[in-house]
Amino acid sequence: MEGMLAVVVGVLYAASFYLLLRPSMVKLIIGLGLLSHAANLLLFTVGRVTRVNPPIAPVGALAPVEPFANPLPQALILTAIVISFGVLAFAMVLLYRSYQMSGTDNLNEMRRTDS
Amino acid sequence: MKLLLVFPLLIPLSTAILCMLTWYNRSLQRSLALLGSGALLVTAIRLLTRVTVHGIQAVQMGAWPAPQGITLVADLFSSVMVLVSAVIGFAVMLYSLAHMDSGRESHGYYPLFNFLMMGVCGSFMTGDLFNMYVWFEVLLTSSFVLIALGGERAQVEGAIKYVTLNLISSALFLAGVGILYGLAGTLNMADLAVKIPQLGKTHLVTACALVFLVAFGIKAAVFPLFFWLPASYHTPPVAVSAIFAGLLTKVGVYALIRVFTLIFVGETSFTHSLILVVSALTMVTGVLGAVAQNEFRRILSFHIISQIGYMIMGLGLYTVAGLAGSIFYIVHHIIVKTNLFLVSGAVERCGGSFELKKLGGIYLKFPLLAALFLIPALSLAGMPPLSGFFAKLSLIQEGLVLKEYLVSGVALVVGFLTLFSMMKIWHEVFWKDAPVGAAPLTARRQESLAGLLFPVALLALLTVYLGVGAEGLFWLSQRAAQQLMHPSEYLAAVLKR
Repeated sequence: MEGMLAVVVGVLYAASFYLLLRPSMVKLIIGLGLLSHAANLLLFTVGRVTRVNPPIAPVGALAPVEPFANPLPQALILTAIVISFGVLAFAMVLLYRSYQMSGTDNLNEMRRTDS
Repeated sequence: MKLLLVFPLLIPLSTAILCMLTWYNRSLQRSLALLGSGALLVTAIRLLTRVTVHGIQAVQMGAWPAPQGITLVADLFSSVMVLVSAVIGFAVMLYSLAHMDSGRESHGYYPLFNFLMMGVCGSFMTGDLFNMYVWFEVLLTSSFVLIALGGERAQVEGAIKYVTLNLISSALFLAGVGILYGLAGTLNMADLAVKIPQLGKTHLVTACALVFLVAFGIKAAVFPLFFWLPASYHTPPVAVSAIFAGLLTKVGVYALIRVFTLIFVGETSFTHSLILVVSALTMVTGVLGAVAQNEFRRILSFHIISQIGYMIMGLGLYTVAGLAGSIFYIVHHIIVKTNLFLVSGAVERCGGSFELKKLGGIYLKFPLLAALFLIPALSLAGMPPLSGFFAKLSLIQEGLVLKEYLVSGVALVVGFLTLFSMMKIWHEVFWKDAPVGAAPLTARRQESLAGLLFPVALLALLTVYLGVGAEGLFWLSQRAAQQLMHPSEYLAAVLKR
């Protein structure tokens, strides 16, 4: 399972870097989205993928039944997903605004602030 | 008084919320924001005195013991950083009151500014890596909106570059956090410092360290990851670029110093030598980039990059004296660089432009402004007796002691080139005659100049003070560096062992 997920993470990273290097704004957005997916999936994979009891204490007990899964990676990923969702929404609006102003979605034409 | 550690986060947060509640009352927002930054300044002073007297302070959020809960830690390094951020926040807030246009003010400038300060203070005080990621996102998100606020075309374009590269850096940071968690099973920095050496997987940890080096390197704008900085910092209003220039890259430097003194110290012969090489290259490329520029704020932006090189040079040397030099340099640089950006705003108000070609003759009309430029400019270049001289002296001295002649030589030469750049600004903006057809100064603009010059003068005085009275800050940085190099006190404070 880990092996397969590792391949998926690698493919996601490769795809996102490819998209980030394209001059199109739409591809930039998709690339940023894939990049955060890749990081989240990486967190999930290295946090150990296990098929054990859920980390919830049964009624009346003080602790979950051993062996139980580690809930921390999911909590981290959840936080990261929420953050990346918000930031991506902002980036989309920013790029749309830029498209409205300049009439192009070609990032190579954005050289105004470079010199 | 354990709550003292929470106040640097609570004050900006509550100020931001209050400013949002009074969204339609601009004058109330202005007073609230000023009050908030004043309160933050007072708290930061109290925090630093407390840490100096009583040693490292730590508080566990929600009273969960250390490796499980989220820890806030204030050692000398972080409390110095919080204090200097609060000073800058206060000065820039004063400047904003006189400078910010009403459109931006009524569209949330003050709440955003306070959220930014909260993110900055949070990153300095957290003792948990994932929590640091979250604080980074807090400060990044508010900086994204601040840089784009107003929506001018150049701003939007600069913002796209800024947002994209910072998002990539955040994703790398997150990946590094994940890998480190997979390796050590903890994200508390003190706990990591204990567990990483026990793992024995030195090479894996070093590989992970490089992920962090790249992630924080993008934020700190080191060679070759700095291209977003000069493409974006000159686009927003001056008050915004000033606070960005002062604080944001330094958060990256802080994070680098924190993780590379506490966690990734297993293979210093590789990682820290790499940092030393990067620092030399950063100094050179930054200063050479500045030579080619003809816009006031772009010149200053490139100088941020070259100065970042000095700051991580002390980390690369990895001795108490080297780190002390770095800390001294960071404090000096934050004050001086913010001040130079603020001066550029005052010059723009007098001369109507940031382009060196369109400016001139400021010295004749505004000798005070010219003098106030000269103080931070000479300090940046490292002229005695200003703060920059002692900052450079301590770094270069330690470089020579450790026989790192190349990087010390580079640091010396870059100092000269910085002086050249500053003299270029001096000549073009202040000394040469005003170009024909330059816009004459209107009465309204002249009136508001006093409000701009007051914070500039305040920071200039501080620069002179840090130069003439360098011993106090030097003693403080030395002690902070000792705490960084010998983290046993830090570990004891956090883990209660």
